[in-house]
Amino acid sequence: MSTRLSSGGRLIDRTKLVEFSFDGKRLTGFKGDTLASALLANGQTLVGRSFKYHRPRGIVASGPEEPNALVGLGEGGKFEPNQRATTTELFNGLNAKSQNAWPSLEFDIGGVNRIMSPIFPAGFYYKTFMFPRFAWKHMFEPFIRKAAGLGAAPTEKDDDKYEYFYAHVDVLIVGGGTSGLAAALEAGRVGAKVLVLEQTNTWGGRAPVDDVLINEKNSSKWIKNALSELKKMPNVTLRARTMGAGVYDHGWATGYECLTDHSPEKYGPRHRLWRIRAKRIITTTGAIERPLSFAGNDIPAVMLAGAVRDYIIDYGTSCGDVMVLAANNDDAYRTAIAQVQAGLKVAAILDARVSVEGALPNQARKMGIRVETGMAISKVKGSKKVTGVSICLQAGEGVPLEEIKCDVVAMSGGWSPIVHLWSHCGGKLNWDANQAMFRPDPERPPLGADGTGFVVVGGTANGCLDAKSSMQDAISQCRKALKEIGYKPKASIPLKAFAEPEAPIEQIWQMPQGMSIKLQAKTFLDYQNDVKVSDVRLAALEGYESVEHTKRYTTLGMATDQGKLSNINGLAILADSLNADIPNVGTTTFRPPYHPISMGSIVGDARGKLFKPIRKTPIHQWIEDNGGFFEPVADWRRPYCYQRDGESVQEAVTREILNTRNSVGLLDASTLGKIVVKGPDAGKFLDMLYTNMMSNLKVGRCRYGLMCTENGFLTDDGVVARLDEETFLCHTTSGGSDRIHTWMEEWLQTEWWDWKVYTANVTEQYAQIAVVGPNARKVLEKLGGMDVSAEALPFMSFVEGKIGGIKARPFRISFSGELSYEIAVPASDGQAFWDMCMEAGVEYGIQPYGTECLHVMRAEKGFIMIGDETDGTVIPQDLNLQWAISKKKDDFLGKRAHLRSNMADPSRWKLVGLKTIDPEVVIPDGAYATDGTVRENGVKNMIGRVTSTYFSPTLGRSIAMGLIEFGPDRMGEIIDFPTLEGEIIKVKICDQVFLDPEGVRQNV
Amino acid sequence: MLNFRCPNCEITADETDLHCDGQAHIERFGAGASDDDLETYLFMRHNPKGVHFERWRHVFGCGKWFNAARCTVTLEVFGTYSAQSLVPPKSLINKIKKKRPEWEGFVK
Amino acid sequence: MFSVTGLNGASSNGSINVKDAGLIGMITLRGDLKSDAIAKVIKVVTGTNIPDQRQCVFTSKGATAWMSPDELLVMVDYESVDATIAKMEKSLQGVHSLIVNVSDARAVFELTGSSIRDVISKGSPADMSSKILPVGEVRRTRIAQLAVAFWFTSDTTARLVCFRSVAGYVMDWLENASEKGSEVGFH
Repeated sequence: MSTRLSSGGRLIDRTKLVEFSFDGKRLTGFKGDTLASALLANGQTLVGRSFKYHRPRGIVASGPEEPNALVGLGEGGKFEPNQRATTTELFNGLNAKSQNAWPSLEFDIGGVNRIMSPIFPAGFYYKTFMFPRFAWKHMFEPFIRKAAGLGAAPTEKDDDKYEYFYAHVDVLIVGGGTSGLAAALEAGRVGAKVLVLEQTNTWGGRAPVDDVLINEKNSSKWIKNALSELKKMPNVTLRARTMGAGVYDHGWATGYECLTDHSPEKYGPRHRLWRIRAKRIITTTGAIERPLSFAGNDIPAVMLAGAVRDYIIDYGTSCGDVMVLAANNDDAYRTAIAQVQAGLKVAAILDARVSVEGALPNQARKMGIRVETGMAISKVKGSKKVTGVSICLQAGEGVPLEEIKCDVVAMSGGWSPIVHLWSHCGGKLNWDANQAMFRPDPERPPLGADGTGFVVVGGTANGCLDAKSSMQDAISQCRKALKEIGYKPKASIPLKAFAEPEAPIEQIWQMPQGMSIKLQAKTFLDYQNDVKVSDVRLAALEGYESVEHTKRYTTLGMATDQGKLSNINGLAILADSLNADIPNVGTTTFRPPYHPISMGSIVGDARGKLFKPIRKTPIHQWIEDNGGFFEPVADWRRPYCYQRDGESVQEAVTREILNTRNSVGLLDASTLGKIVVKGPDAGKFLDMLYTNMMSNLKVGRCRYGLMCTENGFLTDDGVVARLDEETFLCHTTSGGSDRIHTWMEEWLQTEWWDWKVYTANVTEQYAQIAVVGPNARKVLEKLGGMDVSAEALPFMSFVEGKIGGIKARPFRISFSGELSYEIAVPASDGQAFWDMCMEAGVEYGIQPYGTECLHVMRAEKGFIMIGDETDGTVIPQDLNLQWAISKKKDDFLGKRAHLRSNMADPSRWKLVGLKTIDPEVVIPDGAYATDGTVRENGVKNMIGRVTSTYFSPTLGRSIAMGLIEFGPDRMGEIIDFPTLEGEIIKVKICDQVFLDPEGVRQNV
Repeated sequence: MLNFRCPNCEITADETDLHCDGQAHIERFGAGASDDDLETYLFMRHNPKGVHFERWRHVFGCGKWFNAARCTVTLEVFGTYSAQSLVPPKSLINKIKKKRPEWEGFVK
Repeated sequence: MFSVTGLNGASSNGSINVKDAGLIGMITLRGDLKSDAIAKVIKVVTGTNIPDQRQCVFTSKGATAWMSPDELLVMVDYESVDATIAKMEKSLQGVHSLIVNVSDARAVFELTGSSIRDVISKGSPADMSSKILPVGEVRRTRIAQLAVAFWFTSDTTARLVCFRSVAGYVMDWLENASEKGSEVGFH
C-alpha cells in the first residue's frame, strides 16, 4: 500500500500540516503536496471510476497527463468537476469528491457495465443505437446520460473572477525545466524581451528527480542560480503556475495562469488568460512517459515509472512496499533504484529487451535487484488494487511462468516528446524509429506572418531525451531563434550537464508481443475512455484505416486528457493491425488547449455588468429613475414606456399616446444617428448614397431620405438637413449610426477617393429631445430665446440658436404626425434641457413617452420603420416609396439592382394598411396571410405578411401594415390571417395612412 | 489570430482591432451595367487557395481601410498597401511572384 | 452652467487612480495635414505644430493629437470651443476641411499610477511597452469591446478617451481591472 515515507520529499514541508477531505474523509498532508501525493500518502489507492465500465482506477501519473485521478473540487459557487489530483496543489480545507461512482467509490453500481463489457465493443454506440429510432429517445439516451459523463456540471454561478492579459514579447519560452531556463538565460542575456511560462509551481523540471548533474554539481544548484540571474533581468518575466495552453496564427499564444487555486483565501482573479504575441516561441515542454500495454494495466497501483519516482523523491511518498517494474528502456531503472534507496523493495525488473547492459541496469543489478530480460507481465493480479503479477516471456503468448507478489507495478514504455504546441498551428512531425517517438520536423514548422517558422522546439521536447544533449539543444535552438529576430547572441557561458548514459529503447507496443485475444481485452490503451487493445484491433478489422476515424470510432484519445498517455500506444497497435509503419498511419491532430482550461478564463472579465457595453444617452439615468421600462435598441437601452404605479405596460402606452396626441409629450431621441458630411462633393456623394436627390436641398431645410445597398434593398432611412452650402447632417436610425458612417467612409476611401468629402459621426455630441404634440410650441415658447413659430421655423426646416439659454438646433420634423420639434442640444446639457422642458410643460400636462408610443404613432401615420417594414429583402418600391426615388439621377447605390427581373416583378408583396373586421382584434406579430389554396408541398399558400400591428388608442381600433401580393391593387378586399391557435382573422386591405392623411396636425 | 501592419497609421494591429472586408479591387458596375457585369460585381468572388487580395479596416484604430495580400493556406502576409489603388503595387506583385513562382498573377 | 460630463465626476482608486477629467473642449479637424493652412490654424489655436504620425503635442494653450492621416483632435478649454471653431472655420475658408465639435461626444479619463500599462493590457491587444508606446504617443485601439484612444502624459499619468455613451462601462471596466489584488507586474 502507498504511504508517507519517514524522510525525504524535495517539495514538501513536513513542518506544515495541511488538512483536507476526500469523499468526506478528513485527511492530512503537507504543504507542497499535490492532492495526488497526499492521497497516496494516506493510502488512498482507489480514486475514481472509469468512464464506460466504471472500473476502479488509481493514480497513474504525477502531472497533467493523469487520466484517472479526476475529482470534483469545492462547493457551490466554487465547485469545479474534472480537476486532476496530480496538478491540484494541496491547501487547508481542500474538499475533493470522487466522480463517476454511485452510490460510492468503493461500491459502484455502474461497475455492472464491466461485467457487460463484451457488449460494449468499439463503435458500440454507433452499432447499437441505430434502430429502432424511437428507442434512442426513450431507452438509450436516458441510460447513457445517467451512466456516462465525467463529473457533474456546477449548478451555481461561478463565484470567482477571471481576466485576460495581453503581452507582447520577443521570445516566449514555454516550459521552465532546465532546458527552458537555459534558453531563457540565452535570450535574456542579449536583452530580448522574454516571457517564461512554467505550468507547475516548481522550476527546473525533472532534472533534480533524475539525478542530473550540471557543471558537475547537483542540478538544483544550477537551477537556483539560473533563476536568480533571470529574476534580476528587467527584460525577463518568469511566470510559474502558468501553462502554455495554445499556439495560434502569427505568433499568438495563450498562457493559463492559476492565481488562487492553491490558496483560495487569496483575493483576486482565480485565473488569468495570457494572450501573448511573440516573435518567436520556444517550447521546452519535455516529454510524457508512455504506459506499457499488458493485461490488467489499469488496476489501481499500476503506475508510470517516472511518476513513482516523483512521488518518492518529490513528495517522500511510496506508492507501494514491493514493486515490480516493467520496462523497455534504461531510464525506468532510475525508479527501481529510487525505490531501493528509499528503503523499499523491488521484487523484479521485467525488461522486455533481451540484451540489457546499460549503466543504469548494471547499477540496479549491483544493488541486488532481480533483473529479468526478455520478460514481460502476463497479467496483473488484483481487482481494486494490485496484489501481484504473473510473468511470461515477451516473445511468447503470455503463458504464466511465475507469480510475483507486489503492491505496486511501475511501467515505462519510453517517453514521448510533448509536441502539442509545435503542432497546434501546423508544425509537422517525423517518426524517430530509433527512439520510438514522434519529434518535430524542423523543416516543416508552423509559419508566421512573414512566412518563416515562428516556433522552435528545444530539449527533451525536441527528442533529446538525455540531460546533456537536451540543454545543449535548447540553447542552440534559442540562439537560432534569436538570430532570426535580429539579435546577435553572445558566446554562451559553457554548460555541462551529465546524467547516466542510456542504452537504446526497444519498441514494445504490447506485452507479451503475441498476447492472446483474451489478454488483449484486458489490456487498456486509454484509461479514461476504457479503450483496450482489442478495441483498436477490432476497429482495424472492421476497416478503419485512418487514425482520425479510429479515434472517433473507439473514443481513443478523447475526453479531458486527449490521449496524452494513449495516443502513441494506440497508434502503434493500429499500425500493427494494419501491417503498416507508424509514420504511415499518422497522428491525430493536436489542438489547443494543451490541457483543459477553465471556462471562466475564456470568458475573462466579460461577466455581469461588464458582459456587454450598454450605450447610455444623457437622459438614461433620469429615465431609469422615472419608471422607464427599458428595451434594447441596438446597443442602446430605450424606454418602452414609463410605467406609473399600478399601471400595466399597455395602459402606460395608451396614456402616453393620448397625452401626446392631445397635449404634449417628450421623447429622448438621442440615439438617432447623426453624421456630418462636408465638402465640395458632399451633395454629389449624398446623391449616390440616397435614392432621392439631396444635392438640391436648400440650406436650412430637411428632407427624408432612403438608402439602399447595392443589391437594391432598403438599409436605412432618416432626415437629412443642409447646414450650409457644403455641409449636410444625415440622421440615421438608432441602430444604423455606426454602420452608415462606416458605409460612407467605405465608399469614400475605397471607391471615390478622389471626391472631396469628409464625414464625422457626431451622434453622441448631441442629446436630441423631441417635444411633440399640439402644445409643443407653447412649451418651447415658454422656455424662450428663439422664435419657433410656423413662419420662423416651418415644417421640414431647422434653425440654430438658444432655447432657455442652451445652445440648440431644433428640427421641425415629425415621426408622429403631430406638431413636433426635435431639438439637438450639446450632450452635456441634455439633462438640463430635458428638465427645463418637463418643468415648462407642467401646465400642459407634459409626459415623457417611450418607444412603443413612438411606434404606434408612426404606424397610425403609415410611416415605415427600418427593421419592421424592412428585413433586408425589401426594396423601396415594395413600400410605395417611389416618390423618394429620384428619376433624375444617373446613378445611386442600388439603382441598377432595382431593374433586376425579380425586383421589377409586379407580383412582389407590397405595403398596404390592414384593418381587422373586428376592430378589437389585433393581428399577431409575424402573421401571414393565406388565400385558401395549398402549395405542392402541402403548405398553405401565403400571399403576404403583417409588418407592424398595434391597437391604436387614437382611433380606438386595431391597425396594421403588411406586405401583400398585389396589395395596392386590392384595396377593400378582405383576406385571411390564420393564427397559431387555428383561428382566422378577417382583414380588410386599406390605405396605410390611418390618421390625418392631409398632414393637418403636423403642419401648424 | 492574425496580425497586420496598417499602412495608414503604421501600427501593427491585432486581428481584433481590425475588420476584414472581403476581396479587394472589385470593380463597381452601376446604372446601365449589363446583367453579367452586375452579377460579377455583386456576387462573384475569388476563393483562391493561395495568394489573395483583401480589404481590411483598422476599425478600432485609425479607422482607415487598407488592402492586404495574404496566402490563404499559410496565412503569410506578403504586404499591405493603400486602399486607394486600382491594382496591387508592382513591387508587391514581384515579391509574391518570387515567393510563389507557381502563382498565376493578379487577376481582377 | 448646466453642463455635465458623461462620467459625472466618477472616480476609483485601486492599483491606479481613475478619474473623470472633466469638461474638455475637443474639436475634430479633418483635412490635408500637410497643408500650410492647417498648420497655421493649429498653431494659432493650440500653439502646437502639426503632430507627427500618432503623436500628441501640448502647449499651455492646448493640445493636438494625430488621429489618422487626415484627422486631428484639437483640445482646448471647454468654454472656448465655439470661439475656437469660429476662428478655425474662418481661417480655413475655401480649404477643403471639416471642423466639428466633439467635446460632448466623448468622455475623458485621467489615469494616475505606476501600473497603467498593466491595467490597460487586461483589455487591449495593443503593445503597451514604453518602447512601443512612449509618453506622448497616441494609441487608438479597443478595450474589451470598445474603441478607445489613450496617451501617456508622463511615466505615471495617462489620458484615455472613449465615446460618451459607454463612459460608464469603461469606468466600471477600469475599476475592475485595477482592483487591488489583481496586479500583474509585467510592464
